[in-house]
Amino acid sequence: MSMAPVKLWDFHGGIHPEQNKLQSTTEPSALAQLPKKLVLPLHQHIGEAAEPIVEIGDTVLKGQKIANANGYVSAPVHAPTSGKIIDISEHPIPHPSGLSALAIVIEPDGRDAWVEYTPDQDYSEKNPSHLRNIIREAGIVGLGGAGFPSFIKLNPGSQKKIKTLILNGVECEPYITCDDMLMREDAHSIIEGVHIMRHALQAEECVIAIEDNKPEAYESICKAAAGIAGLRVALVPTRYPQGSEKQLVQVITGKEVPSNGLALHIGVVCHNVATAAAIYRAIHLGQPLISRMVTITGQAVKQPRNLEVLIGTPMDELLQQCGAEFDQIERLVMGGPMMGFALHEINLPVIKTTNCIIAATREELGLDRPAMPCIRCGACADVCPVKLLPQQLYWHARAKELDKVQEYDLFDCIECGCCSYVCPSNIPLVQYYRFAKGAIWTQEQEHKKSDQARERHEFRLMRIEREKREREAKRAKKKAPRPKTDTAKPPPVDGAQMADKMRQEAMAQRDSAEAARKTEIQAALARVQAKKKDAAPKTDAPVAANSPTPAAASTQASTPTSDSDSSADTATHKDHEQSQ
Amino acid sequence: MPFNAPTSPHQLAPTSITRVMMLVILALIPGIAAYVWFFGWGVVVNICIAVVTALSCEALILKLRQRPVLPFLSDGSAVLTAVLIALTLPPLSPWWITVIGVAFAIIIAKQLYGGLGYNPFNPAMVGYVMLLISFPREMTSWIPPNELADSSLGFIDTAMFILFSTLPDGISFDALTEATPLDSLKTHLALGNTVDEVRAQLGLDAEASRVLSVIPIFGAIGGKGWEWIGGGFLLGGLWLIYTKVISWHIPVAMLGSLLAISALFYLIDPAHFATPMFHLFSGAAMLGAFFIATDPVTAASSNRGKIIYGCGIGLFTYIIRTWGGYPDAVAFAVLLMNMCAPLIDHYFKSSVFGHKK
Ligand code: SF4
Ligand code: SF4
Repeated sequence: MSMAPVKLWDFHGGIHPEQNKLQSTTEPSALAQLPKKLVLPLHQHIGEAAEPIVEIGDTVLKGQKIANANGYVSAPVHAPTSGKIIDISEHPIPHPSGLSALAIVIEPDGRDAWVEYTPDQDYSEKNPSHLRNIIREAGIVGLGGAGFPSFIKLNPGSQKKIKTLILNGVECEPYITCDDMLMREDAHSIIEGVHIMRHALQAEECVIAIEDNKPEAYESICKAAAGIAGLRVALVPTRYPQGSEKQLVQVITGKEVPSNGLALHIGVVCHNVATAAAIYRAIHLGQPLISRMVTITGQAVKQPRNLEVLIGTPMDELLQQCGAEFDQIERLVMGGPMMGFALHEINLPVIKTTNCIIAATREELGLDRPAMPCIRCGACADVCPVKLLPQQLYWHARAKELDKVQEYDLFDCIECGCCSYVCPSNIPLVQYYRFAKGAIWTQEQEHKKSDQARERHEFRLMRIEREKREREAKRAKKKAPRPKTDTAKPPPVDGAQMADKMRQEAMAQRDSAEAARKTEIQAALARVQAKKKDAAPKTDAPVAANSPTPAAASTQASTPTSDSDSSADTATHKDHEQSQ
Repeated sequence: MPFNAPTSPHQLAPTSITRVMMLVILALIPGIAAYVWFFGWGVVVNICIAVVTALSCEALILKLRQRPVLPFLSDGSAVLTAVLIALTLPPLSPWWITVIGVAFAIIIAKQLYGGLGYNPFNPAMVGYVMLLISFPREMTSWIPPNELADSSLGFIDTAMFILFSTLPDGISFDALTEATPLDSLKTHLALGNTVDEVRAQLGLDAEASRVLSVIPIFGAIGGKGWEWIGGGFLLGGLWLIYTKVISWHIPVAMLGSLLAISALFYLIDPAHFATPMFHLFSGAAMLGAFFIATDPVTAASSNRGKIIYGCGIGLFTYIIRTWGGYPDAVAFAVLLMNMCAPLIDHYFKSSVFGHKK
């Protein structure tokens, strides 16, 4: 490459956990078998669940849209193969809560017949907002595990100039190799995707970051990227959690993303390599997001490997295909061992954010280590990439001192798990932080409710007071000879006035409710953002305002109140900041 | 707090308190070996007595507090406390000195404060200081290094003496003991002698001692042996830093500040102040810097805090050694800084990622 090598910076802390990546990279990736049925949850991303647009009994084609995005922060769902809709109901989904949610179930007909689609080779002529629309309609979300709708992160807003687009091929979590495989096998799609993203963002330069434990991927990407102006490939020293967005931004640009801000605010946008490939397919080939690369690994799996999997494929069929010994599985983890979550069942469907499935055995996990008291050794603080004081956080979280934990910047914690990992006392630190965050959110919610109740009450008092004053004023003005009937039987004119007043009041009331709802949504979004799960949550408010799609602005206003709850819910559970 | 579904991380580093403590104890071995070489088997006997006492006391209190005994007993922290106390005692201390010191450290200074992780003061140092104050005569009856002694004892004789105060025929206790170099230097300086005169009195001519004090590792002013023990602890300590069991901040800050202040006074008045090297390689300076001040439970925790904390110990050590009432001062300095640790932690937080500096 002709360009100068990327100057790399350091980030604080981090760890070098056992990689366990070799197991799943010995064989090239393969196609997963077509399952007997596909279960497609409507909520596979951050934001609002999609709305079904099919009915039971409908036949659908591969790539046909079966659910619409509902609101700005949302993503549509497409049929991964042709077949029949056999059910639309609650199904268990991969989620830390172990709860069920609405899903569309497709019985494949085996024909795998595509819906008609229109490839668009000549994207560079197109307006970036047009590209964003295609990407939005293709249901593309961050494939590194975050699941934030990608088109939002491709919108620089009106005032921001994007200097650097960072393509995240770091994949710092142990076990996961799906991005590695994709980079080795399909660097072309990734690079084409980069072109589209740069065009959409009007980004000055792009850096593709790959950890040095993936030499094959690095070479493959370098080859594909050779000679492209403004595109550089950075080989970064392996260290977890380098793939976490803020850490990666620091490594590549040397800048710290402000605590309450986004990478966007310092002119940087991060996307995952797999997202780039999906964007390429959406624009060039016209194909929506209906499949993804998934790493099937863990000691209970005899042939760990990467599979190209249709979204909605039940995990047990994938495990079967890789020769899993089901009775050996002690814990089934979706995502990596550091930030992934344990699944409650084995037959859950693969969703858009499923990058890895680890079927871990008992010995692999090294369970049963008793938690000892904190010895203040400081190991946790040494490895914390956010430079927090994990032991102080733990101390206060344990004592349920919710104001104190916030003083120690609990909400800057990205839940990377480095602190828990190194703690010689085996204290489940991150669990305490999650608990404290949850408790604080609940508390805020309650405050808000009581605030609203108080406001409503004050409003009512004010109205009564005003009415009284107005009545008195009227009485004084009229000085009518029949004071007795004055209040009891208001004249028709008054009636009209009253009606008008009532209408105004109702409007005012609705407005205040609207305002309350909006602040609630804002708060929820702020929380989502505070979680650092993905750079973009906060973007949606400002971006919505100047978004070229008219839908954006209107949906923002008409989002139902439940919106805030579900956002908060997402915030609580989807901890996958990693945009690896 | 109930946790039902196991949450991330699902992978943990192969580490534990036991492992950390055992590595620290392992790192003490070179120092202990030098100790045995120069001062005989007394220290080994003391360590054995101390460890047995510590484990018994710990088990007893854990039982009384209705805590799980085995995980805490096997965490190694009581053993480490015991070994550290044994290393600070005169090699021929009677058994009950060790038992009282260790029991006090474990029961009062550690368990009554809530056990592992909750004690504000370093238990070993609390035990040592208690002994020093209560039994000053026993605690200052050191023996000279083997080479300089008129007579020395074998392992059995040592054990017999420590346990039953019986000596082989023809050896008296007074013949065995002698004040430590720090102690005698202090006594003599107090009498108005200069450093050179002290050295001359103790058998080295002024010329030789001045030459030697430049490289005290070869032994000066009867401190023979002490340098080697200090060297042993230095070696073990460097290994701990190398293996990342401890961080460099506290030892470097403590030894650095001790070096700086002793050099300052030595340069001002070499006749009345000992050389910096003498300070670094005498008494408990090395042991304290790498093994005692670094006790995480009682030290400051942030890196900047650790530096302040270490400097404090170094300075207090010098001040108390030079002007205070006791010959060595590491224990007092450590306890003083233990008191300051929470304050230091409060004022020296690192700046969180993304927050304005
Ligand atoms: S690593 Fe564990 S024992 Fe050490 S200070 Fe942190 S919480 Fe305490
Ligand atoms: S989980 Fe939070 S506190 Fe722990 S190391 Fe990561 S960012 Fe720091």
